[in-house]
Amino acid sequence: MIRTILVLTRNPLSLLGLILVGLVIVAAVFAPWLAPYPTHNGAVVDFLNNNRAPSAQNWMGTDLVGRDIFSRILYAYQISLTLGVVVLVIATPIGTIIGLLAGYVGGWVEAVLMRVVDVFLSIPPLVLAIAMMGVLEPTLTNAMLAVTAMWWPWYARLVYAIARSEREEGYVLAAEVIGAGTPHIAFREILPNCLPAIITKMTLDMGFVIIIASSLSFLGLGVQPPTPDLGSMVAEGARYLPDSWWLTVFPGLAILIAVFGFNLLGDGLREVLEIDG
Amino acid sequence: MSLLSIANVSKTFQTPGGPVHAVKDVEIDVQPGECLAIVGESGSGKTTLANMVLGILGATEGTISFEGAALPIKRLRDHRRMIQLVQQNPLSALNPMRSVGAAIRLGLDTYGIGARADRWGRVEAALEAVGLPAEMRNRAPTALSGGQRQRVSIARALAVEPKLVVLDEPTSALDVLVQARVLRLLNDLRRDRGLTYIFITHDLAVVRNVADRVAVFQSGQLVELGATAQIFTTPQTAYARSLIGAVPVVDDAELALRNQLAEGA
Repeated sequence: MIRTILVLTRNPLSLLGLILVGLVIVAAVFAPWLAPYPTHNGAVVDFLNNNRAPSAQNWMGTDLVGRDIFSRILYAYQISLTLGVVVLVIATPIGTIIGLLAGYVGGWVEAVLMRVVDVFLSIPPLVLAIAMMGVLEPTLTNAMLAVTAMWWPWYARLVYAIARSEREEGYVLAAEVIGAGTPHIAFREILPNCLPAIITKMTLDMGFVIIIASSLSFLGLGVQPPTPDLGSMVAEGARYLPDSWWLTVFPGLAILIAVFGFNLLGDGLREVLEIDG
Repeated sequence: MSLLSIANVSKTFQTPGGPVHAVKDVEIDVQPGECLAIVGESGSGKTTLANMVLGILGATEGTISFEGAALPIKRLRDHRRMIQLVQQNPLSALNPMRSVGAAIRLGLDTYGIGARADRWGRVEAALEAVGLPAEMRNRAPTALSGGQRQRVSIARALAVEPKLVVLDEPTSALDVLVQARVLRLLNDLRRDRGLTYIFITHDLAVVRNVADRVAVFQSGQLVELGATAQIFTTPQTAYARSLIGAVPVVDDAELALRNQLAEGA
């Protein structure tokens, strides 16, 4: 773990990714202390100061009801990261278990599981999420549910492909001849060989989940006001472009920094972990 | 009584191009304590036969029995334990993500061999028995040489105290010097522990050094079975003669024997 991070810092792009992700995490975790106006994460109204350009008091300006945009971005990162982590923490194990069993056991287990995965994969992901959010109430929990539903099949397919090829390796035959059971072979022998790819994909996906979640709230189907969310902030400000540019540019940049950071870090991890493996 | 009895065993694979008879009506009795070599070209059915002995494949016809009891494809635990395997490719036979010790310990845990607290001690003893340092148990297989990995594979197979070991070309991926050391180790282990070997190979120079008896396979059929000396000096079939003729010449006596055989052919 520590060694992996040290290796990462040798590549300038991975280092940049590490720094950006670090900044985003610090911003989210310490939002209540870092935000100049910590109360502005809720339904606060200050019409005397609404729609102000960036200044010494409000580094990124204020929104249409006078809330500090910088403060709201810090809180929005909390929401985005929570959503990303929850989605991946649920989707990854589901996809991994299904992919492992399908890939190792084969036969009808493989046929049934992978057809279910195919059905999910055949629906355009954003459409599935939009449809689910249209039926469900637009709350943070439901947004997580919708994104998770579209996310796990990708892990199933990734792990399935690796397990299929690992199944042919001699160490699997050796474990079978010794008499080890299917759970041992799937989870203790094959799974460790899938982990580098899973960890890499999770890192890359943090960025994508943030984009998808922002897209949902941009369309009004995600987290609802007054909870700060990067996607809905961009959506609110879009009508006032180009005059009140700070309403969209800063939340947009915030999305960019997070996604760019996770992508760089993910690419760096892929190189480090796959050379090791 | 023979240790392993292969009676009229056939294996047919159904392929889109029609049935392929990988093994045809093979009958072999493996005696306790012997080293039986199975030789033949690639595709002659050696590995298919070994896989049926190991319970990886089921036989289409015939029965395989171990100490008089028939072995179904769904093995009893004790039967599975009694027949172990050393594979050809030591690179893939060990999981790169698990330590050497974990690989050896797997069998001990599977069969509950020894008290839980003693098992690492047994793993270390197994490593020492194949000439490796006990500390190697914490190493990753990727840090080992091919010969060391093959020793670990042998240690893993022997850790569960089998009676029969199937050696599937155990030395063909190793360089010549390492090959000789591993063969000597295998011979010593067999003598000390009273093991029985089924030694699959296409390397007849190796066969001469280790085997008591030789079974010659050609396109799924057992064409000749006899004592090693007899197969090498008076092979009965043209196929066995041609196989022996293909051994690289090692010394003058060998060459003389070869020429003599060629004239007789």
